[in-house]
Amino acid sequence: MGFERVIMEVQKTALYNYHKNLGAKFVSFAGYEMPIQYKDGIVKEHISTRTYAGFFDVSHMGQFFLEGDETLAIALEKIIPSDLQSLKLNHSKYSFLLNSEGGIIDDLIITKTPKGFCIILNAACKDNDVKQISQILDTKHKYFLDNNLSLIAVQGPKAVEILEKLIHGVAKLKFMTGDYFKFEDESLYITRSGYTGEDGFEISIPNLKVEKLIKFLNENKVHPVGLGARDTLRLEAGLCLYGHDLNEKINPIEANLKWAIAKRRREEGGFNGWEKIKDLITNGSEKKRVGILPEGRIIARENTKVFSDTGEEIGLITSGTFGPSVNAPVAMGYVNKDFAEVGTKIQLEVRGKKHGGKVSELPFFKKSYVK
Amino acid sequence: MSEKRFSKKHEWVSIEGDTATVGITKHATEMLGDIVFVEVPEQGKSVEKEGQAAVVESTKAASDVYSPISGEILEGNKSIVDDPGNVNSDPEGASWFFKLKVKDKSEFDSLMNKEEYDKFVAENPS
Repeated sequence: MGFERVIMEVQKTALYNYHKNLGAKFVSFAGYEMPIQYKDGIVKEHISTRTYAGFFDVSHMGQFFLEGDETLAIALEKIIPSDLQSLKLNHSKYSFLLNSEGGIIDDLIITKTPKGFCIILNAACKDNDVKQISQILDTKHKYFLDNNLSLIAVQGPKAVEILEKLIHGVAKLKFMTGDYFKFEDESLYITRSGYTGEDGFEISIPNLKVEKLIKFLNENKVHPVGLGARDTLRLEAGLCLYGHDLNEKINPIEANLKWAIAKRRREEGGFNGWEKIKDLITNGSEKKRVGILPEGRIIARENTKVFSDTGEEIGLITSGTFGPSVNAPVAMGYVNKDFAEVGTKIQLEVRGKKHGGKVSELPFFKKSYVK
Repeated sequence: MSEKRFSKKHEWVSIEGDTATVGITKHATEMLGDIVFVEVPEQGKSVEKEGQAAVVESTKAASDVYSPISGEILEGNKSIVDDPGNVNSDPEGASWFFKLKVKDKSEFDSLMNKEEYDKFVAENPS
């Protein structure tokens, strides 16, 4: 199963009892008891997100707030290769934390807020991330991981119409921007973003108010979607899952994420691993992250070996499942650069037998983001 | 309809003459979730009691299907290979996995009956 089990004290989100009362199946994920699916199952949850809307409790993710003057952006640029100094207020960027070798410590979304930045971090990485970030900050910069906030993602083609009824103004947001909105007596930070390949929003809301938001969503037939469908949705959308498709030994160039390194930063450097990354940009990487479409219905899961058409071992699958909207198995993984071109025929070793497949474009499922 | 017997690995078997039909239980499908891939054994293959005979994959994971009794495969169910979702809708009826020629009827007799299996499931929640 594609979900890491980490043994530590079990944590629960504010909606734990809500999930439990709906008969969710739980899985331990990054120390949290999280719903993997509800009664309808992964395929129905996936399809309803693509055709209507669904919501995801992703409150296990870190909501990390940083406050400071213009020196804050300069400090963060040592570890994050985005152009944070020119990031506009309420605009978000996909980026990562880099180690000195250019390896990815975590991938993240960073948003410019009035007081500084907000970074959404992966649950399994958040404590280490905070440690890594705090080391590059000045004593005058403030930072805190806010555990009093839940994070609810509302995703799907109907998300905007439904959320606008409750929170007027969200429809005006463009993809990868955010703002504060009034909900009852609270001010919520909402971004238009997501991890499904659909239009949608991520709502940062106090734990004490989250059930009210969920009640409204349920009344509008927006039902919860578990981590199982979150995984099939993101994989169809060609998005990486940290700990599987990305880790500390993988750099952004081989991960095909060069686009997330700002042009100014590529030229000027000044961030962890820049020497290595500059060399990789010029000379190319040995391996590349690619999409892979297995032939027929065979599912190539994580750690499936990839071979060339002539039987040479050329790589490994890092994520693989059945894509309900593609109605076929989908996978991504790393292959030797000579076999990374779209259309290249490959073989996948599943249960000791070789099966055909080919390198495919990503995403497998086309997005409908509002630009 | 002949009597069904059940294994601890959540397969069912029914026998008519010396032909056994094997599938996975409704409880198994509920544990697995949406089934998206099925591999059934080829005709003529010999399978041992509790030996791996077929594969079933859900959106979550791949699982082996074991044969609760020994014998020679007569037929794999092509319809569930073509449409794996059928296993979820009718696991203990039309969506059987394979038929085999029974080698030793006593292996069937030693399996759990419906009542024993239901008790086993209740006592061993997943």
